[in-house]
Amino acid sequence: MSLKLVREPINKHLQKVPLGIVHVIPERCKECGFCIDLCPKDVLAVGEERNIKGYRWPKIADGKAMECIACKMCEWICPEFAIFVVEVDRGEYV
Amino acid sequence: MSGELKLLKPGTHFMMGNIACAEAALIAGCGFYAGYPITPSNEIAEHMSRRMPQLGRHFIQMEDEIGSIVAVCGASAAGVKAMTATSGPGFSLMMETIGLSAMLELPCVIVNVQRAGPSTGIPTFVGQGDVMQARWGSHGDYELVVYAPSTVQEFFDLTIEAFNTSEWLRIPVIVLSDEVVGHMYGRLQVPEYDKIKIIDRKRYSGPREGYLPYSSETLVPPFVAAGDGYRIHMTGLTHDERGYPSLEIEDSHKLVERLVMKVRKNAKNLWKYETLYLDDADIVVVTFGITARSTEEAVGRARSEGLKAGMIKLLTLWPFPEDPVRVASQYARRMLVAEINMGQLIHPVREVAECPVAGINYPVGYVPPPEYILDGIRAAV
Amino acid sequence: MSQKQILGERIVEESPRDDLIRRERFPHIWCPGCGLGTLLKCYVEAVAASNIPIDKHVIVSGIGCTGRIAGYVRLDSYHVTHGRPIAFAEGMKIVRPDLEVTVISGDGDLVTIGGNHFIHAVRRNVDINVFLVNNFIYGMTGNQMGSTTPLGAKSSTSPYGCPESPFNLPLLTAALGAPFVARWTTLHVRQLADAMKRALQVKGFAFIEIISSCPVGFGSYNDLREGKDYIKLFLENCIVDHSADLNKVGITLRPGEPIILGNFVDREVPTYHELELELFRKAGWLK
Repeated sequence: MSLKLVREPINKHLQKVPLGIVHVIPERCKECGFCIDLCPKDVLAVGEERNIKGYRWPKIADGKAMECIACKMCEWICPEFAIFVVEVDRGEYV
Repeated sequence: MSGELKLLKPGTHFMMGNIACAEAALIAGCGFYAGYPITPSNEIAEHMSRRMPQLGRHFIQMEDEIGSIVAVCGASAAGVKAMTATSGPGFSLMMETIGLSAMLELPCVIVNVQRAGPSTGIPTFVGQGDVMQARWGSHGDYELVVYAPSTVQEFFDLTIEAFNTSEWLRIPVIVLSDEVVGHMYGRLQVPEYDKIKIIDRKRYSGPREGYLPYSSETLVPPFVAAGDGYRIHMTGLTHDERGYPSLEIEDSHKLVERLVMKVRKNAKNLWKYETLYLDDADIVVVTFGITARSTEEAVGRARSEGLKAGMIKLLTLWPFPEDPVRVASQYARRMLVAEINMGQLIHPVREVAECPVAGINYPVGYVPPPEYILDGIRAAV
Repeated sequence: MSQKQILGERIVEESPRDDLIRRERFPHIWCPGCGLGTLLKCYVEAVAASNIPIDKHVIVSGIGCTGRIAGYVRLDSYHVTHGRPIAFAEGMKIVRPDLEVTVISGDGDLVTIGGNHFIHAVRRNVDINVFLVNNFIYGMTGNQMGSTTPLGAKSSTSPYGCPESPFNLPLLTAALGAPFVARWTTLHVRQLADAMKRALQVKGFAFIEIISSCPVGFGSYNDLREGKDYIKLFLENCIVDHSADLNKVGITLRPGEPIILGNFVDREVPTYHELELELFRKAGWLK
């Protein structure tokens, strides 16, 4: 983050970065790539496995599991209703 | 709701055919009229525009005939009895949507006050040239019912019948009138309301789970309206029993067959006709609409000349009343079909007749005088 | 407190919005990269967020790729003939004003063949929502040009480039007097969903032009062959300007020329239903 703080916000310790767990329905994916291209944190990547139509559904990119901020852009943009994000408490996860 | 129900009072009236048709629709429970101005049907729309708001019902003049019949289908999908009226050129525009009404199984009534054609023709003069189009105008396989009044009373009775048949079978029903019947004044007897049979479409009210809107368990599936809570899907695409589009051969077969059988299996119940001097008739004239009025006189004169002439006046044109026409042809030497066109009704007659059939055709735009029809009868002797 | 780990994406078989889609028919027929699935998502979110009972929502569509949306949404849905969903929706809404009737159909269906019904429905201000999906082409029948195909764009019936100028739909609809006119793309998911939510509340003809990606169709003729090409097109050229001069919001798709988006018009106009009530009063049905 390149944001320069002019002063320290007094509630900074209360600010939480949301965390999301990505859920995928592989059989619906058509490998359009929208979710991968539009994720602001580049959490998603083309998966290795193919569904019955031959499309590779998205997987969490290596090491990116804790980077999802539950913005749900993937959930909104996916034309197939094939991906959604459930927001969880970041404090419960490592 | 306020005010008492203002329908045409039971008793004797003297009124124009088109007006009788409109009043009949009101009695039948028509709740939505959408139309486009076209001569010679305008009196129906004009009368409805005045009467519908008086009864809290909806009238709208749409931008064209296509919009009119489509809006009628939309209102029907919402569970309301709906109707439009038009003439030849507008009728042609409605053909695609008649198919939609048949495919979605949305009841509706279309009144066609026929005029001289083809094309613009003579808007203010009579014609009977839409007989085949009424049956076959839309593409693909479907069957519907077509009634043809010849008097003001019949225009009234058959309009109510049209609503009933349409609601019972979930099909589009056409009242095929003509300019003379539409514009003539005549006596009308309105029965007591409890003597008038009104049929409403059967509705489904069971559980949503497992509901099949187009089940082929019966010929006519019970109806569900928009907003009833069943989340139904209706599509003009060939569909399965759930209403979803389907490419499967069994679904196409089941659906199309049922759409046709709805009418075919009930054909005998739908045949309406009247006969005159038929019992010992040598020469039988089959006719409908205004031509039937002239034929009635012609047949009477023929009898007084010693000719054994008889007449079948068809009130149902489609499904074509095969049995009565066939039986009459078995006892007759000749059958004649009198119509104001170049020969349309003559085709289904020829299909079933067991004696030679000829046409008595009169130039489009004019009612054949009885003498002309009598000449045709004499020539057939 | 035990610390849990996220090991990767979770594989499931249902999405939270499956209650509003006919999931038994998924995956749907639309191409990879097609914007229709996205706007379906925006629509069902808007439906869920509206304070109108779900059973009162009705969707009417016509023929074309967009028209298929009626078959994928779990609402009362009517898939009618080409060009006619607006007239059908009018008939339905007039007799059942309690229903929330939304027409979602394509540009070919609604303003090319259906142009006449479109302009009169706006003029009447019947209380329906019309979400017109503009992919600049007749997709389902094989990518023929239509009334929104940009001048010079290629299609299967304009191999030398389309010789006709397209409609400027926000200008047209606003000029006809519509109370609500907006334009968004299938990329602008949240603004689109918000515009749909607003449209469902608007009294009268609420119109949204939704520019949609069509990589396999229009895109294959006009160098937008993949979904990501459309993302690039939208990101680089879209400008949001709610108070844009509608005379200048026509779409050319020429390099560097903007696609202007926004909620352009939001005003009060007497609806058909209010005016129809006058008829009932004058005829003596209502006091």
